[in-house]
Amino acid sequence: MAYTAQDFKKGQPRWCPGCGDHFFLASLHKAMAEIGVEPWNTAVISGIGCSSRLPHYMATYGMNTIHGRAAAIATGCKVTNPDLAVWQVSGDGDGLAIGGNHFIHANRRNINLNMILLNNRIYGLTKGQYSPTSPRGFVSKSSPYGTVEDPFRPAELCFGARGHFFARAVATDAPGTVEILKAAYNHKGAAVCEILQNCVIFNNGTHDDVYSKEGRAKNAIYVEHGKPLIYGENREYGLVQEGFGLKVVKIGENGITEADILVHDAHCEDNTLQLKLALMGNGDGFPVALGVIRDVYAPTYDDCVAEQIEEVKAAKKYHSFAELLETNDIWEVK
Amino acid sequence: MAETLEMKELAEVVVRFSGDSGDGMQLAGNIFSTVSATVGNSISTFPDYPADIRAPQGSLTGVSGFQVHIGAEMVYTPGDKCDVLVAMNAAALKTQYKYAKPGAAIIIDTDSFQAADLKKAAFATEDYLGEMGIDPDRVIACPITQMVKDCLADSGMDVKAMLKCRNMFALGLVCWLFDRDLNIAFSYLREKFAKKAGVAEANIKVIQAGYDYGHNTHSSVANVYRIETKNKVPGRYMDITGNKATAYGFIAAAEKAGLKLYLGSYPITPATDVLHELSKHKSLGVTTVQCEDEIAGCASSVGASFAGALAVTSTSGPGICLKSEAMNLAVIMELPLVVLDVQRGGPATGLPTKSEQTDLLQALFGRNGESPMPVIAATSPTDCFDAAYAASKMALEHMTPVILMTDAYVANGSAAFKLPNLADYPAINPPYVPEELKDTWTPYLRDSKTGVRYWAVPGREGFQHILGGLEKDNKTGAISTDPENHDLMTRLRQEKIDKIPVPDLEVQGDKDDADLLIVGFGGTYGHLHAAMDEMRAAGKKVALAHFKYINPLPKNTATVLGKYAKVVVAEQNMGQLAGWLRMKVDNFTPYQFNQVKGQPFVVSELVEAFSAIINK
Repeated sequence: MAYTAQDFKKGQPRWCPGCGDHFFLASLHKAMAEIGVEPWNTAVISGIGCSSRLPHYMATYGMNTIHGRAAAIATGCKVTNPDLAVWQVSGDGDGLAIGGNHFIHANRRNINLNMILLNNRIYGLTKGQYSPTSPRGFVSKSSPYGTVEDPFRPAELCFGARGHFFARAVATDAPGTVEILKAAYNHKGAAVCEILQNCVIFNNGTHDDVYSKEGRAKNAIYVEHGKPLIYGENREYGLVQEGFGLKVVKIGENGITEADILVHDAHCEDNTLQLKLALMGNGDGFPVALGVIRDVYAPTYDDCVAEQIEEVKAAKKYHSFAELLETNDIWEVK
Repeated sequence: MAETLEMKELAEVVVRFSGDSGDGMQLAGNIFSTVSATVGNSISTFPDYPADIRAPQGSLTGVSGFQVHIGAEMVYTPGDKCDVLVAMNAAALKTQYKYAKPGAAIIIDTDSFQAADLKKAAFATEDYLGEMGIDPDRVIACPITQMVKDCLADSGMDVKAMLKCRNMFALGLVCWLFDRDLNIAFSYLREKFAKKAGVAEANIKVIQAGYDYGHNTHSSVANVYRIETKNKVPGRYMDITGNKATAYGFIAAAEKAGLKLYLGSYPITPATDVLHELSKHKSLGVTTVQCEDEIAGCASSVGASFAGALAVTSTSGPGICLKSEAMNLAVIMELPLVVLDVQRGGPATGLPTKSEQTDLLQALFGRNGESPMPVIAATSPTDCFDAAYAASKMALEHMTPVILMTDAYVANGSAAFKLPNLADYPAINPPYVPEELKDTWTPYLRDSKTGVRYWAVPGREGFQHILGGLEKDNKTGAISTDPENHDLMTRLRQEKIDKIPVPDLEVQGDKDDADLLIVGFGGTYGHLHAAMDEMRAAGKKVALAHFKYINPLPKNTATVLGKYAKVVVAEQNMGQLAGWLRMKVDNFTPYQFNQVKGQPFVVSELVEAFSAIINK
């Protein structure tokens, strides 16, 4: 049966007007409709935070759980019923601060979860403290003189944990968001989608350079597997490899043609260049990479658990509690 | 040398095997208890091992012990002190002699009492027996190491492999002392080392050598003892530890309920063996996930429960601290979950390998908010099976997390376990939401009689819903901060737990005219029962009421506690059960016996303390 976004919608979101979560939610409804898994075979599991309210607006099964634990809870859910499509939704505080341990281990295990990280670089629900993705020097209610610590870069954490899928979209970019959500679903294994999302109240403008369509045309690059890494308002710029790094070049200058431009390989096992793409942006003269940056297949935890159970079932002779008892040293008292 | 061999009949005997952690004392103890159980003796065992994985060889901190109590009639504890102490080295004698009865037989390996060994064990002179005040007539001093080497000289084994068999020589000697049938030990070893026939045969040879040595040189202790078997309950038996019985209880409950069994866990002493045991049984479909931390152990179990499994998380006290937030999530979401707490000594890391009952108030109250949770405490190694089954049934049928408490003592101790027949166990019927409620169902719709909400497992069309840690509206299931609704939901959650039926509290002993009622809970049952038996044998009027169900309390609790002139609550903490009972029973003012030593109660100390209370 074909679904529409409406089939996945429920209730009236309570986020602030203009919050990036509204945009993301609409894209998630749309992506799920296009993916086509029944709402009753879908579970959306979040932690705590503004963005973690999201399951309440889903007509699927779901849980809005406790702070930081969504990835662990989703793990138990997926292992128990691998037939469910399990989506885990967290903010940057929920996913990378209090839940950092579960984030890295879900990636390391490669459990087949779609892991959404709504990154607004701020704690919204507790009203404006810096988060583990806030830049050094960030002034907030809990850092009135600026932070003195460096932020996590989510891709680095994902790759460092041997993550096999990383994609990025801007919340206001519906087609871009829907595309990576579908790619995340189609990827078997832990699939991290970083959504750049604005908090209009406590961190307004944090993603300004890419939040509008015009901004993205100038400051972002849409990466696509097998396509050259070209961007710019008139597609005049490209990325090439230079030494150990990447370099921005202008096509047509210094004899550079499209053929010289690096072609994106999301399926490359070695994540070196993918990481370089993921870390671009934030005033370093490079565009922010959007789209599927890494998408490499590896055996998933839930599949391996199920396969091992089948293997052992075939190898062992006991398959019930009564048969289990018989495997012990037994004596009879007459 | 004694001219004739005397055969003495004993009602019961306690043997303690002790040596280095690597000396295989547990294996020797296990074989001895299996051999005894096989002829129908009652058994109770207690391993006492150090927290260090492998302390330096021969050192005082590296001594590991394994105590076996065998009896012609029912034995309830591993015994206070031993009749025979096997000390494989000087450090073992030094640290373990305190567990020997006056006049106990002591078996030592003289080859491990050389100058260097004595120094490591902090003996001042070479007269170690004199230093300890041990009568040499009670000692079987045998050059075990040398005899094992001689015995295996032709085996082609290297010396290191040979020395691993020293424990079997000691075992052979003990088997001779108690007239045990070696063939049972032989078949045990052949089965255990089925894939290493050489190892099995070497061990068998050494056991026989130890037995023959005892037979040939029975001069030092002139008796061979025989323990007859009385009051046999016919049936098929196996030896089982508390942790294994707990794991079996979960497997049995999952099978009965027709559910997948999921264990989310993180290794922690003394609970890890439950993870080990369940990890083996994938052929029964058991899923075990060794998580990144205790928090994920519990959190992933909540996720598994949501997805429709019998979800279990296992840990010890420090792990409960970390799991309590996710446990509370299961409380408010009203999902089934069993949380196993194998108690150790606390606080913090405390005494990881030792046993206490100090987590009771943590289990009852250690969470934020009004967070009622049933608590069940297993009373013996074999009761762990029934307790795990009962906890699983309660969680699944009442849609609540349940805390199952055991402790290091019952978890590691073992006893003969009569094989259960699952058909005899009660059915487990989770309250799945009836299909006909599809159009009207909301997540917090309750069965009017039990107060239990219905369970809709993901995958069922038409029952999609969102649960969560935020308070929900009683009717719609939507997030609610309405004050009246929160008050109502708090009461509904409490009532649901209060309504769970539990068996009445049973009184044993002089139930009609006891001068003293002994009250305890969980793993101290054996010791309290043995103390009662001893006091009654001495003519005192004593009864025992032992709690297994702690929340909710049995309905007859106040009646039982109010019936006797004197009541003593004996527990391995500073009075947690006494406090809980005082909170629940009006005018309850018991005597208290509290000990927090990390060791099991000592029956003689209980008898002394309880007798003093009667005489007050």
